[in-house]
Amino acid sequence: MTDFTDGQWHRLHRATPLFRGGLALLIIIGILFGNLRDRFIDLVFGDSPFDGSSPGDPDYEAEAFEFLIRENLLLLALAGLVLLLALITAGFWLSWRLHTFRITDEVVEVRSGILFRTNRKGRLDRIQGINIARPFIPRLFGAAKLEISVAGNDANVQLSYLRSADADALRREILLLASGARRHASAADGSAVEQPPGTAAAVEHPDAAPGATADRAGVGALLEDRAREFLAPELDPTLVVEPESVVRMNVGRLIGSTVLSDAAIALVLGTAALVTAIVVTGEVLLVFGVLPALLGIGGFLIARITRSLRYTIASTPDGVRVGFGLLSTTNETLPPGRIHSVRVTQPLLWRPFGWWQIAVNRASRSSQQGAAGQQQTTILPVGNLDDVRAVLRLLLPEVATDEALPLLERGLLSPGGDDGYTNSPRRARALRWFSQPRNGFALTDTGVLLRTGAIWRALTVVPFARVQSASVRQGPVLRPLRLAAVHVHTVSGPITPRLGAIDREEGIRFFGLVTAEAIRSGVADTSHRWRASAAPADGAPA
Amino acid sequence: MTDQTEAAPPTATEGAPRSIELAGTDWQRVSPKYIVVDIVGYVIFGAIMTVAGFIPYWVSGWAPSALLGVALAVLFLVTIALTPRRVRAIGYALRDDDLLFRRGILFQRVVAVPYGRMQLVDISRGPIARAVGLAELKFVTAAASTGVLIPGLPLAEAERLRDHLVAVAESRRAGL
Repeated sequence: MTDFTDGQWHRLHRATPLFRGGLALLIIIGILFGNLRDRFIDLVFGDSPFDGSSPGDPDYEAEAFEFLIRENLLLLALAGLVLLLALITAGFWLSWRLHTFRITDEVVEVRSGILFRTNRKGRLDRIQGINIARPFIPRLFGAAKLEISVAGNDANVQLSYLRSADADALRREILLLASGARRHASAADGSAVEQPPGTAAAVEHPDAAPGATADRAGVGALLEDRAREFLAPELDPTLVVEPESVVRMNVGRLIGSTVLSDAAIALVLGTAALVTAIVVTGEVLLVFGVLPALLGIGGFLIARITRSLRYTIASTPDGVRVGFGLLSTTNETLPPGRIHSVRVTQPLLWRPFGWWQIAVNRASRSSQQGAAGQQQTTILPVGNLDDVRAVLRLLLPEVATDEALPLLERGLLSPGGDDGYTNSPRRARALRWFSQPRNGFALTDTGVLLRTGAIWRALTVVPFARVQSASVRQGPVLRPLRLAAVHVHTVSGPITPRLGAIDREEGIRFFGLVTAEAIRSGVADTSHRWRASAAPADGAPA
Repeated sequence: MTDQTEAAPPTATEGAPRSIELAGTDWQRVSPKYIVVDIVGYVIFGAIMTVAGFIPYWVSGWAPSALLGVALAVLFLVTIALTPRRVRAIGYALRDDDLLFRRGILFQRVVAVPYGRMQLVDISRGPIARAVGLAELKFVTAAASTGVLIPGLPLAEAERLRDHLVAVAESRRAGL
């Protein structure tokens, strides 16, 4: 269906200029004309002839429009306006025209800019994730933004905007190229992979074929198609392996968890403090001092709910796909081996309900919709233990194996003791008042598990293959107690895998083991080319 | 409590070991000339900070506010006095598959960086280090917190080390 990956230069969706600011321009022009309409009507049909404004009339309204009329500059002004509009339109058109991209076997490359040309290349085997975002308005028009995250800060390649169906297809093809399945290999089993999507898409999207057919299909069909696309679930239904969402977002749980989150409690406390202060001092103006912060928190909470309402997570042959969003949606695919560490946490108030949250560290930061700040790194906004298990299996299939799952669960729930974890000694009680029995680590064949916190329970998992380096350290507080702290270094993100106040000997042992395992698995790991080993048997690795 | 970090590591683990010692590691020390570099750097920085610390006193004339400057001066004098020990505590070791780096007396830190994880190796030289012919080597991995920076290497040694590390990193290249 798409021939985007043929190595030739392609252009973006034709309506791109509209979505990227042109729409705002149109609205501004519309408002301007709306305001001036009365003047125009006056001008054309008015019974006050405009040469009738007597020269001596001191009716200087300081109105630019009047001035123009009086000075007979109207035509000139109109000409200027038209010229300006033409320039802007030409600018938009030119920028669309010069914004081209191509995808070869090795790289994805984007050229853009009119005066200052930029040329950005991303290596396909360094892809950290592919994000398809559909902001509300482009979504109404069936357009989507494709963002390819490459390792590094601000190293993302954006293709905005593409047609929705094209974006889906392009993602599939880029992932196929990135997976290490070479083009000729993929062509062989391509009949299996590409055919069902091709036919399905052709049936479902009449306008997926060259735009002319859509034009002829009539407005009704077009609208219907848009509506279907708009309401369609985020998960691409055309995939061979049915990507069933493994987690059902329960609305009650989502709202409950939001209400019981730290931010919500801060909001309640802040409001209470504000009301008390106003009642006590009688100073109503206090509201303006605190209101912005409270509004900010409130907005964050509402955004959290709306973003997570249609949360989905599913496994596809090319990685984990996470979808968020109600009106503006984003849908990101994380290829295997791109998750550098995972942290399962439980805020205090979630404990009675057994809810957990999962965050990850990744080598790239998606720039998409950082508004609520949670989408890039929070993989599971809220879920019970079953959800946690399922998501861990998806995220770290090599660590969260059937044998390791009980260990992981003990990492979450166990109060400590002799349960497979090497915990802090009793003398660490001075530093870990409540969590000393449970503060510890465990090593599986494939990863490090760090268990911390008795009140705010947390479990951090780092697969050995993603460990960059490790350190053991000791300061003046730990030394007299013969304790040590260990750090496992991963790419930066919300998670800092570290464990403090463990026995000195154990710390050194941990350091040696983690280092050795990191070296070993660093050589053995091939997950960044996840299909290179799993030959034509496509779709089998779930 | 910091005495064990001083002596040669293998013998330091006698008695009741408290600090972090990796038995059997053959640490390479940095050049003693680095002590000069470090001291000069701290003297300049300390002088500026101490003078700045006395500004409140000069402006206000309130006697207790001079304490800030005095405290800063003492802090920097102690830091400078400890420099030889601190520099002797810096060490690195090239093992088969990773680089081991240690530093610190009071705050000890030992880091191991697998060669395959190195993204780049950087040599940089400040004006004082250049005057005595030293350079520092920085290792960058995908993790910002790795933070391995070996100061006080003679330039020839630093360049040799860099070439060696780049070569072994290339032969053991791993994914991110």
